[in-house]
Amino acid sequence: MRVHLGEDVPDTDVRAALKTGDLGFLHSFTTGSAVDGPGIRLVAWTTACMFRCQYCHNPDTWTLRNGIPVTLDQAIGEVQKYANGLIAMHGGFTLSGGEPLMQDRFATRLFAAVKRMGVHTAIETNGFYADRVTDDELRDIDLVILDMKALTPDQHQRVTGLRNEEVIKFCGRLAMLKRPMWLRYVLVPGLTDDPDEMAAVADFGASLGVVERAEILPFHQMGRYKWERLGIEYKLAQTNSPTNEGIEKAISIFRSAGLDAA
Amino acid sequence: MSTTVLEPKAKAKPKGGKPADLKSGLWTKEINVRNFIQNNYEPYHGDESFLAGPTKRTLGIWKKLTDLFVEERKKGVLDVSQVPSSITAHDAGYIDKKNEVIVGLQTDAPLKRAIMPNGGLKMVTNGLEAFGFKPDPQVVDTFTKYRKTHNSGVFDAYTQDVRRCRSSHVLTGLPDAYGRGRIIGDYRRVALYGVDRLIKRKQEEKDALDLQWSTDAIIRDREELSEQLRALDELKEMAAKYGFDISGPATTAKEAVQWLYFGYLAGVKEQNGAAMSLGRVSTFLDIYFERDLKAGLLTEEQAQEIIDDFVIKLRIVRFLRTPEYDDLFAGDPTWVTESIAGMGDDGRPLVTKTSFRFLQTLYNLGPAPEPNLTIWYSPQLPGGFRRFSAKVAIDTSSIQFENDEIMRQSWGDDGAIACCVSPMQLGKQMQFFGARANLAKALLYAINGGRDEVSGKQIAPATEPVQGDYLDFDDVLDRFDKTMDWLAGVYVTAMNVIHYMHDKYAYERVEMALHDYAPLRTMAFGIAGMSVVADSLSAIKYAKVKVKRDETGLITDYETEGEFPLFGNNDNRVDHMASWLVSTFMSKLRKYPTYRNALHTQSVLTITSNVVYGKATGNTPDGRRKGEPFAPGANPMHGRDSRGIQASAASVAKIPYRDAQDGISLTTTLVPAGLGNREEDRITNLTSILDRFFGVTGFHMNINVLNRETLIDAMDNPDKYPSLTIRVSGYAVNFVRLTREQQMDVINRTFHGE
Repeated sequence: MRVHLGEDVPDTDVRAALKTGDLGFLHSFTTGSAVDGPGIRLVAWTTACMFRCQYCHNPDTWTLRNGIPVTLDQAIGEVQKYANGLIAMHGGFTLSGGEPLMQDRFATRLFAAVKRMGVHTAIETNGFYADRVTDDELRDIDLVILDMKALTPDQHQRVTGLRNEEVIKFCGRLAMLKRPMWLRYVLVPGLTDDPDEMAAVADFGASLGVVERAEILPFHQMGRYKWERLGIEYKLAQTNSPTNEGIEKAISIFRSAGLDAA
Repeated sequence: MSTTVLEPKAKAKPKGGKPADLKSGLWTKEINVRNFIQNNYEPYHGDESFLAGPTKRTLGIWKKLTDLFVEERKKGVLDVSQVPSSITAHDAGYIDKKNEVIVGLQTDAPLKRAIMPNGGLKMVTNGLEAFGFKPDPQVVDTFTKYRKTHNSGVFDAYTQDVRRCRSSHVLTGLPDAYGRGRIIGDYRRVALYGVDRLIKRKQEEKDALDLQWSTDAIIRDREELSEQLRALDELKEMAAKYGFDISGPATTAKEAVQWLYFGYLAGVKEQNGAAMSLGRVSTFLDIYFERDLKAGLLTEEQAQEIIDDFVIKLRIVRFLRTPEYDDLFAGDPTWVTESIAGMGDDGRPLVTKTSFRFLQTLYNLGPAPEPNLTIWYSPQLPGGFRRFSAKVAIDTSSIQFENDEIMRQSWGDDGAIACCVSPMQLGKQMQFFGARANLAKALLYAINGGRDEVSGKQIAPATEPVQGDYLDFDDVLDRFDKTMDWLAGVYVTAMNVIHYMHDKYAYERVEMALHDYAPLRTMAFGIAGMSVVADSLSAIKYAKVKVKRDETGLITDYETEGEFPLFGNNDNRVDHMASWLVSTFMSKLRKYPTYRNALHTQSVLTITSNVVYGKATGNTPDGRRKGEPFAPGANPMHGRDSRGIQASAASVAKIPYRDAQDGISLTTTLVPAGLGNREEDRITNLTSILDRFFGVTGFHMNINVLNRETLIDAMDNPDKYPSLTIRVSGYAVNFVRLTREQQMDVINRTFHGE
């Protein structure tokens, strides 16, 4: 768990960073992920998120100043070190978090630089701040991995604390621009496992025509200690991981909608 | 993990034609196995779908042995023979005479271990007593009064320096009390030529020496060649006990495997080297298999059955060892390393269907550490094979990969790995094995003016220890340089004595008979603690390291303030220190003349001695605590590589092979989910990782794909996991056969993707 690593950065610098993207706040990065997009990828996780998902396993990423300040040049330099390997391994770079679009200038400028290296780019986003990104900037993102928490607005608010009109709008925009998407759905027994809700999400995803894959992410308790340490009320403390049958059922719902789900 | 049991498909009757003639070439006029292969083999570009499962017969034999393994594990050693072992000492032995397809045992019963007193009598008696057997007094008498052993000879000629370094554990694992191994007879020659032709050639080589002036070296060579000739006769005699006349070449696939195995069997009857590797036989044997299959003399099921039975024999090679040996080399390893695939010099891949068949044995018989299946990997290899080998790694965690591109540049396309990571040309080269020097302890000696930080004794020449409260980088480096100079000299001395005496008292007659005269000899030194030293030097340079002394002035602990870069995160500031260490120690070694003018090489490889070395080494400046294991081989220290597998592998790939030609070992553990959520993705992603690592300068990768929880469960419930095989530095082992300490060391490693 990482907290307070950016505490010493003055407020004025933070505001400037968010405005220009010269500086970003990152929780961590890894050079060898196989679960954040196609191939072997360099993944960087930003801090700051506007959602408060009940099942989040990295609540330490909610707060911007928990992250380490990293200049855009430093970030680009680090990706450059791995560019040849990422290309050779048919992988690429993924920006995740937190919600990367809370640092939209840093994110878009980083994506542009990485594209210039010839490396495949992906974003893991909830889509809520998509309006901050122009269509041109979207074209520097080869794959949008959209974590869809729910389709019905009430359910979305129950899970994340916010409504989802912006997310739906973003998906429509991606469909129109024909931007490739992967859809993710976190399966939490007792919270998100209603079959009708899942079918609604699946059907919506399929209707977009650009969703190449759907991933069911089973809920786990590996983040529980972080909630405890941060002193935040954790409603899911007693919730179990879904059973294999539950996971299979969810996958089949998404497959029935016509999606390549696993 | 798939273990499909198949009956032969609808009993397809072999058509029974005549196998095609072999294409001639240089090999028909001279002993040249490589030329035979190049002229006759057929590259295979397809996938694994042609492979066959195990037959009922195979499973029956394996079941018989599995039951014996259980007994063996309880007792430690199932049984011993106190007839001093030699090529002809024992009568024929069988597991199940009526049902074996390939025959031959080291003694007269499976898993019955032989004694080999030529290496050392104490080792034999200690080994026997440790497992509850009483040494035969006649054997003791003979090897005390009438026949001197390698071990006695070595200790007659060791210097005080060497003895001090051994007892303080700055040099450990030296083959002064066990067979040196690291010699691979070109067993293929037995199949290709038959023994008579080989005798003829050896005689020619020996006769040619009559024309040479009789210097020490020539006299020794003549004697060795005479011994080799004797050994070849004994090889025929041994085969005759099993009812085979191997004076002429093999004519069928089954004969080729049997003849080749007889050559290897003679080697493991005569010698108990730590590593008794097999060579590079799969592509060679495929030539015979293809002929027989095309002529309708064999079905695929029968071909696989022959390979399965051969591999069963390789899995039951056993040697009697002492408990001290088991600490260094845990789990009864024999390093029956088979080198599979690789590219040919002419650009054709050396992948054949038999390359696949050897890997298939891990499904047909279940995972196992032996034979030590080693893929000579290149991104140029056909995709079907690359993907299958990745799949096998994921499913079994039993195989290892090495950089064919790098090795081929140095040793050509007919090389083989001896032991874990040490390549050489087959039949033309041998290695003088030398375990490893503890460079982390050497660094502490440098800081302490030559005194051992655990015992306080003066081991290196006395110099003034570090003064003042803080370590200064330039000062430490200067001292360390001088310490390494001295240590290298002692190390070369030890090795020269060991190999002089091994040649004299425990010569590998039959293995060397299957080499050209005169082979290239490399002296294979090694280092342990590389990442401890790199991180320690990084701490000294980039942070502040305060020393703590005991009442005698000995520095026994360190307090580090500040951040410093750690090896394994693709940071040149510390990665270059690791490379510097390897190159520098190599240059020190090269200054000292070697026995028989052997070429100096070194490896960065530890086997399980990373635990032993760690136990013997005090607190180090990087924060490692006294007694904690080192990282294995060239690995970053456990948990310190935090940037993921690419960063970790990149740090190791910077180590220059030209200064570590005996090999650089990296053991990587990934959790299955870390390779992807779908099986196809996992295979694709692992293949990509291999393509990338071996497409640049990565040398070697042991691959484990498992969850930490599995290992923890296996530690507490070993009976649930009898065949759980994992790769440790340079070899594979049944996890449940490691000591608890060694198991904990493995469990504490970095699991990428967690």
